[in-house]
Amino acid sequence: MNDKVKIAETSPINFTNPRREMTAMFFQNYAAVAGLILLVAILLFVFVGPLFHTVDPFEMVWAPFTLPLQEGFILGTDYLGRDILSAMMAGGQVSLAIGLAAASVSLFIGVLVGSFAGYYGGVIEELLMRFTEFFQVLPTLLFSMVIVALFGASLLTVTLAIGVVSWTAVARVTRSEFLRIRELEYVAAARSGSAKDFYLIFKVILPNALPPIVVQANLMVGSAILFEAALSFLGLSDPNVMSWGQVIGSNRPYILDAGFAVAVPGFAIFLTVLAISLVGDGLNDALNPKLRQR
Amino acid sequence: MSAPLLSVTDLVVDFKTRAGNARVLDHISLSVSENKILGIVGESGCGKSMTALAIMGLVPDPPGVISSGSIKFEGREMVGLQSNELCNIRGKEIGMIFQEPMTSLNPVFTVGEQIAESVRLHERVSVNAAYARAIEMLEAVEIPDATARAKAFPHQLSGGMRQRVMIAMALACRPRVLIADEPTTALDTTVQAQIFDLLQNLQDETGTAIILITHDMGAIAELADDVAVMYAGSIVETGDVKTVLSQPIHPYTKGLISCVPHLTKTPSLRRERLMEIKGVVPALTDLGQGCAFAPRCEAILPNCLEEKPELCSLKGNHLAACWASTAEMRR
Amino acid sequence: MNFGKILVKRIGYGLILLVAVVVLNFTLITIAPGDVADSIAGDMGGADAEVLAEIRIRYGLDQPFLVQLWRYASSIAVLDLGHSYFYNEAVTSLIMQRLPATLLLVFSSQILAITLGMLIGVMAARKPNSFFNLVVTFLSLFGFAAPVFWTGILLIILFVSIFSVFPVGGMMSASLIDASWYEQWLNIAYHLVLPMVTLASIYFAIYSRLTRAAMQEVMGSDYIRTARAKGLSETRVFYKHALRNSLGPLVTVAGLQFSAVISGAVVVEAVFSWPGLGTLALQSILARDTPTIMGILFFSSLVVIIVNIFTDLVLRAIDPRIRID
Repeated sequence: MNDKVKIAETSPINFTNPRREMTAMFFQNYAAVAGLILLVAILLFVFVGPLFHTVDPFEMVWAPFTLPLQEGFILGTDYLGRDILSAMMAGGQVSLAIGLAAASVSLFIGVLVGSFAGYYGGVIEELLMRFTEFFQVLPTLLFSMVIVALFGASLLTVTLAIGVVSWTAVARVTRSEFLRIRELEYVAAARSGSAKDFYLIFKVILPNALPPIVVQANLMVGSAILFEAALSFLGLSDPNVMSWGQVIGSNRPYILDAGFAVAVPGFAIFLTVLAISLVGDGLNDALNPKLRQR
Repeated sequence: MSAPLLSVTDLVVDFKTRAGNARVLDHISLSVSENKILGIVGESGCGKSMTALAIMGLVPDPPGVISSGSIKFEGREMVGLQSNELCNIRGKEIGMIFQEPMTSLNPVFTVGEQIAESVRLHERVSVNAAYARAIEMLEAVEIPDATARAKAFPHQLSGGMRQRVMIAMALACRPRVLIADEPTTALDTTVQAQIFDLLQNLQDETGTAIILITHDMGAIAELADDVAVMYAGSIVETGDVKTVLSQPIHPYTKGLISCVPHLTKTPSLRRERLMEIKGVVPALTDLGQGCAFAPRCEAILPNCLEEKPELCSLKGNHLAACWASTAEMRR
Repeated sequence: MNFGKILVKRIGYGLILLVAVVVLNFTLITIAPGDVADSIAGDMGGADAEVLAEIRIRYGLDQPFLVQLWRYASSIAVLDLGHSYFYNEAVTSLIMQRLPATLLLVFSSQILAITLGMLIGVMAARKPNSFFNLVVTFLSLFGFAAPVFWTGILLIILFVSIFSVFPVGGMMSASLIDASWYEQWLNIAYHLVLPMVTLASIYFAIYSRLTRAAMQEVMGSDYIRTARAKGLSETRVFYKHALRNSLGPLVTVAGLQFSAVISGAVVVEAVFSWPGLGTLALQSILARDTPTIMGILFFSSLVVIIVNIFTDLVLRAIDPRIRID
């Protein structure tokens, strides 16, 4: 935190509180605000909704493929006659949780690899970046399919399988930020003050490298949700846990008869990822004012 | 006196920005005749380059607009021309060299191709003939081994070489007017002298009128016939070089001259050490009522803060916009 | 550095990456719970310890890790990826049968996405306030947020169940087995439309947005001003000078995206029952057919590496600055 203040002091432009300015900029961006409202609505629906709508998502409640808005089922029922509305709530909890957890895993790996590569440079950087390149060559989805297939489909393996294959972008962003900040005066000053590497990396440079990483992390949550959806669509998720992708996957054989059972959860994923990326774009503009023009 | 080849009268360019309206060029008038060099001097941001872009019809729009005034080439009005008509003048009748030779050439085409493109565009010649002309032009700008260099990409050439290529490109269609916008700023001192010599030699051969934009009073003294001194979007003093340099009126001109040691021949201006002009060029949106130079002026009069002085004729074509000089004349 | 030298260097580096893929694959199989013997025994309906041990000896599973790795790697070196006990066929020949379908899908969708994305992106950059600009903004959001299988299913609902214009899946109608090659190709193209459009939808969004950004950046550069000062018309400035310079970022990203494209193809193949590598991968994963899975992982990495080398060469052809360094 101290380091942020240092920047503000040395930079002649920041007369006002930079954080307040960022917040103001974010809220001037209508698309970002719309995204944020949408995201809050989705969170409320998924986590607060089940308190009001208490139908068990696994229980057969009516005839299969009841159309939406009929017989009191707002979103209809699926191929087993289960309530899709409940499935959306229960599945949303899982999809969001896995998205968040997997994004954290890849953020952790990516920041670690990227910051060491950017800070140390030389051979360490070369090796770490080759390592990153290696993970870029692996077809991500195939690779995580293999991990899930080999180690069994549980929430943990699915989360790890997604996290382990999608950190490369974070590593690249972190490294390039580190390369830039490493050369700045206040880092040189901290260095000459015989600060430890660990302190420099995590207390001095990382806090200042955060803006682009935050934006990237935000996008990661979106793509992790998509990733999880794809895995469960292919039937490679924990069969005992309901997620949006799983609802789509299990109803898929019947798309020609009951498209809604597939379209509805797909739409939920679409809205969630859309909301996240709108917020991400807004964050990006607010955190990197130089890119505002684009 | 023959009619000027290119004349600009009362040209006004505004930038409509979020911060407000900025008058980038404020009633600029200047002209240049065949075989003459007009120098435009001033610090960065004073509107020199914008004057050049306005003449080329390349004022960035948005935010820039030519609000009023006229630009005449051979008596023909250029303001308000259709873009295809402007394209026939640009490059063919009026060539331009830019400040940044490092980035002004397209990195993906060879320099020969880029020069030949200009020739093909304005003259009905074959591809081969255009390319031959490109090589010829590279020879004319004294690039050794021109045939081989024509095949080079810009990044393979040094800054000085690239500026020569730019000159070759600008002159490829034998334009009547050449605008050189700080052609040597980005180059080494020795190369600067070479480029200026080159421009002089080329003019002796072709008679092209040249508008030389620079902040280097030394170059003006050596090359130009006439000079216009610009400050904050206005011309503050203009006249033939000898008069302006030997009897400068405007304190800004005096300041610019005294920045160059060997030009300070007038005893009254000779100082012990190099003078500098204190302060910076004001933001164009912040211009107040009075003379734009007043905040930096050492000989400020009460009038200076209240009303903007207009260009007044002193002797012949020597004009200056300064309350001190008008006061002197009234006396 | 000359062209041949660079090519050799890139290929050498690609080989190292491939070896790394093999090592990773093999390590994963080894540390995963259960081995080939268990799977085979499972298929046989259970087996006692003696039979299991026999199977392990037959497949060399009793050897130390490094020995097994060496055997595996050296057989891959001659493109022998082992034997699939599920399909009872050599993995290499299995993959070779399926590879063309995947390559057809992947490349056709990329060509579609790049051409269309570039076209719309350029139009959007040319006229910042136009309809195309809105299209790019909207589609880039849609392309990122829409799950690819959902897009595919929506297309099926629209073009198969509502307007029956296209087939629901597969690659060729069974009745055309004996038809002329011309009819067969036409039929394949007909089946290809929906999967191709589905897969292209994600990348179309990426490429159009990228082209727009690159064009806008290039249009602000000094050499564009020079081109204008030469008297070139705005159209020539745009399409000759600016477009050529915007190709670099597009090619770079297209190359980087390629492994993601293969991942997308896996899902699209599943949606449209397209008989490619993705379908094969899914079937063999569900059947726990480890040699086939590993073979596919190896092969798709190989394809990505080849495409990366190719991208590098194209980049050099486009941008003389890279070529000469």
